[in-house]
Order: sequence, then C-alpha cells, then structure tokens
Amino acid sequence: MLVFEGLFAGYGGGDILKGVDLVIEEGSVTCVVGPNGAGKSTLMKVVSGLLHPRVGKLEFQGQSIAKATPRQILKAGIVQIMQARNLFTELTVRENVELGAFLIKDSSVVAKRLDEVCDMFPIVAQRAKDRAGALSGGQQRMVEFARALMMDPVLVALDEPSMGLEPRSAQIIYDSIATMNKNGRTVLLVEQNVRAGLSLASHGVVMEAGRVRLEGTGAEVLANPQMRALYLGGTIEEGQGVASSTGVGAGAPAFGNGS
Amino acid sequence: MTTLHAGTAPAELLRPVEAERAFRDPFEPSKRSRATAWVALFALLAAFPIVFSNPAVTSIGVFTMMFLVAAIGWNIFSGYSGYVSIGHAVYYGFGQYAVALLIEHWHVTPGASELAIIPLGGIVAAAVAVPVGLILLRVRKHTFIVLTIAAMFIFQLLAFNFAGFTGGSAGTNVVSPPWTGTVFNLPFYYIGLGAAILALLVSWGIRRSKYGLGLLAIRDDEDRAKGLGIRVTRAKLIAYVASAFFVGIAGGLYATFVGAVYPQFAFDPTYDLAIAVMVFVGGLGTLPGPVLGALVLAPIQQYFYIQFGASTLYLIIYGILFIVILLTLPAGVVPSISDRYRSWMASRQRRREEATPTVGGAMPVTVPAGPVGIDDGGAR
Repeated sequence: MLVFEGLFAGYGGGDILKGVDLVIEEGSVTCVVGPNGAGKSTLMKVVSGLLHPRVGKLEFQGQSIAKATPRQILKAGIVQIMQARNLFTELTVRENVELGAFLIKDSSVVAKRLDEVCDMFPIVAQRAKDRAGALSGGQQRMVEFARALMMDPVLVALDEPSMGLEPRSAQIIYDSIATMNKNGRTVLLVEQNVRAGLSLASHGVVMEAGRVRLEGTGAEVLANPQMRALYLGGTIEEGQGVASSTGVGAGAPAFGNGS
Repeated sequence: MTTLHAGTAPAELLRPVEAERAFRDPFEPSKRSRATAWVALFALLAAFPIVFSNPAVTSIGVFTMMFLVAAIGWNIFSGYSGYVSIGHAVYYGFGQYAVALLIEHWHVTPGASELAIIPLGGIVAAAVAVPVGLILLRVRKHTFIVLTIAAMFIFQLLAFNFAGFTGGSAGTNVVSPPWTGTVFNLPFYYIGLGAAILALLVSWGIRRSKYGLGLLAIRDDEDRAKGLGIRVTRAKLIAYVASAFFVGIAGGLYATFVGAVYPQFAFDPTYDLAIAVMVFVGGLGTLPGPVLGALVLAPIQQYFYIQFGASTLYLIIYGILFIVILLTLPAGVVPSISDRYRSWMASRQRRREEATPTVGGAMPVTVPAGPVGIDDGGAR
C-alpha cells in the first residue's frame, strides 16, 4: 500500500533518511521503533508531505506521492497525528474536530462523520463547547484521534501517540489504535514505548541511523536480542541484521559499548 | 445516619449533571436574545441623529460611523486571522483619493450623485489590496506588522510626490453637497450606518462559515492549519481584501464629508492605532468587539479632538490606553468581562449546589465516560 524505496531525505544539513526500503501492507499495523535520531520522525514528515524526499521512491496505492503537498496527501487518504500537542488550543473541541473535515465539501457527510466520531470518542460530545486547551493531555489526544478520523482515512500515521501520557491513558490510546485497525484502516505507528508498540503491531520495523535494520512480525522483533543491543547503545553490524527476523538467536549480539 | 459523603457519591448520581453541563453553556445568551440586542442597538443608532439633531453632535456621529465601518472591516482580517495590520490606512487613503479624484475627473455634480461614488472607494481599495496583500502576506505575524507600516509610508510618500495626480501636499478638494443646516450630516450618517450593517453581516457570515473556522485555525497555529489542508495564503488574502474594502468605504465617506484629502491624513500613521485600540478594547476577533470599541471610543476621540484643537494630546491618551489594555486585558474588554461573568455565575451555582443537601454535598467526582473516554481531572 505504502512503499518506500531507496529513500533519502533531510533538512539541508545532510540526509537523515539514508536509503529507506520499507513496504507497509494494507490492513497492517506497522510499528517503527529505534533510538533517538534514527529518522523515525523524519520518516513521518515525508509521509505527510511536510518534507519531500531528495531521491528515492515513495508510492501510495501505486501513485507516487514523493512531490505531493500535505493537502494532496490528505485527499489521497493519509492522515497524520503528529507528535505532542496538536490541537488548536483557543478553539472549541467541536471546532477542532470539524477542522479535520475541512476538505470535505458536503456538509451532510461532515455531520454524519461527526456523529460517528462522537460515538467512538464521547469526550467530543461531552466537551464540545469547551476550549480544547482546557482538556487534559489524554483527552486532547482523544480529540486528535476524532479529528483524524473525520477524513475517513485509509492510512493513519501516528507519531508517538502515547508520549507524555500516564499508563492508563496510554492504554486507551493503544486500544483506539487497535479499533481503528479493526475498522479496516492501515496504521503506521512510531513509538518510543517499544514493548507496547510492538505488541500491538502486526509488523515491526527497527530503524537506526536513517535505515531499516530489522523487520518482522511485532513479536519477532520484540524477541530479537539485537533489538535489545540497539537500545542499550549498540549498533547492528552490517550483514548480520539487515535481514529479517531470521536473525533471532544469531549468536552473541554486539553489547560492546553498552551502558 | 447518612452514609453519603464527599467522595463516595455513586457515579450514577453524578453522570446526568455532567452530561447536561457539557452540551449547553447555561451562561451563553440564547440566539434570540442576541438577535434582539443587535436589532435594538441598530434601531437606537438609526434614531440617534433624529433625536440629537444638533449638527455638532451629528458630525461626531458621522465620524463615529466611519470608525465603526473601518473597525468591523479591520477585525474581519486582523481579528479572525490574528495578523495585526497597522497599515490599513493604505486603504483608508485609497478610498479617499479614489472617491475625490473620480468626482473631480468625472465632473460629478455636488449632491447625492457624489455619495453614489463612495462604494467605488471600497472597490478601488479592495483592488489595491490584492497585489499588496500578496506581497505582505508572504511573511508571518511579527514581520507582517512591520511590513504593513512600511507599506503605509510608501503610499503616503507616493501621494505627496505624484502631485500632478493627487495635488501633493496641497491636497485634493471635493465640492460639498449643497445641503445646509441640520440635514447636511444625515445622508453621510446613514450611509455610514448602512455600510456598518453590511460589514457586520459579512463579518458574521465569515465567523459562522467553514472558511471563517479556517481563519481562526490560522490564528491559532498556521502550520497545523496547513496540515489540515487549509489553503492559508488564499484564506488570509480573501479576508485582507474584504477588510480593505470596508476601510476604503470609510475613506470614501471621509472624502465626501470633509471635502478635502491630504496625504498625511489619508495615509495617516495614527489611523491604524485608533482602529486597533477600538478593536482591542472591544474584543479582538469577536463579532460585537469592534462595534462596542468604535461606539465608545470614536466619540471620545472626536470630543478630545474638538476640545484640544489640532493638538495631538488625544493620541498620547490613546497610546497609554492601548498599553494599559494590552497589559491588563489582552483578550479585550468584552471577552474578559464575559469570562469573569461566566466564572462568577459558575461559582455562584456551585455554592448553591453545595448548600442543597440532596447530592450529599458531593465534591466534583470524575466519571469514566463511555467506551473510549479519558477523564483525568478536566483542566490541566
């Protein structure tokens, strides 16, 4: 559904993504993990059209979106929920959610979707007239999810949705992601909470230094000792890790420069 | 012996209260009472020059109408988009010059047909606002303010220097209509009032529309607005042109009423200060804000102007007022007061609830709501 091939991108000070090859299958929950600076957030920026790849292929449903604007990508069916606080804090909850459907001209469709997201996220109806900034962090995340679903997206890209939330709220977020997926949406997820992210995922991806280093099912990646090495400050040696989950149990991992 | 006390009230008891609170703001005036207030206000304004027919008073009334139109227009752009323009005098000036020069070149007979030219002041101003806006709106908020001031001085210098066309510092004159006595001011007053009503309807329509919601999103966070597919430059430009139109109308009204147009009064650096103070006092980005600000401050400003002659003392008072308001009530007088009224009403209601023993003096208890709801305590 979403294909990255030999993708390079950066902000002018050199490339952050250095040849990303990744295929996101329709109906999957793909979770990307990796240490800070691995290029996870940059990957999300490329998917949302805020950053264009320098070279490489980026295709969504067979169409190149490498040069597409955020507006075109939104219309194509990819909605992104970005890192950290994302609402218009001075506007009401309802206005925030309505803005999610800004590109939909038919007001009856907007009204119908609004009903649907209110059913899914009761907070939207309960606090409709309150300023979004007056909600707690977890509640704001719920409103963001509601806003994202107003476009009825095919693919939902989430950048660290649990960031700054206590475990109970984070669990509700993960449940909502699972529900979205059950309703037929493909999910691309970047997560710092590796265990929670990967247990949710049908497909796990480990990024390091701007490249994909490990791939497999969520459980496989989670069980891979090399993953642990990576998080304790090691690197995956070339030729050993780039393969998929078959690397499980492949000898002693590089614990060398661990903490 | 009662078993219910704070913290142990069953959740079911509290749920309906919470749901009710959420759906309707009990302190918000109903649609009907708001409409009634508007109609009453404009009826009063329409009756004003008939009741107080002294020309000295109605003359202040005409200037007040000019500020009213301009303030409502200015707020459409600066209030809703958050881009504060301190250079809308450009459109005040273009409105003045367009109307004065068209009357001169077309040899319009003094009287009612002169007044028919006033809308052209707005149209010329709007036409100028398209290219100027496209250039100025390339930059973000703070830089934008600086650029608007620069643009205003550029046009003032042009008006001084293209003397063959504008009359330069000698100005351009408009022959006043041949009416006399107490009726002279009335046509100007009612044209101003009519334009103000039109401006208010446009402002109201924009505020209620999806387009207007997009403008408010830009005010809040332009990048996020872009991320939701809003064409930000186009949205800002439309509002900019609409506001220029109404400020141009105010300029046209000025030219025909005063009968003389000078570069330093047409492209007047203090004009935007006056408008901005009115809108900030009333409430930036609200519908009634500019109306209230203009109706209160414009007559005071005119009174000062008459009392202290051509001295600029009133401008000093104005500047001080602006600073005081920005420091104490940055959201404007109307929103701040309505916020305080709300919290006062809410606390009064809470006290009343605490006094009634039916809920067992329950403290607000958080209720987990619905299938996927988070309620970790309301406000951060």
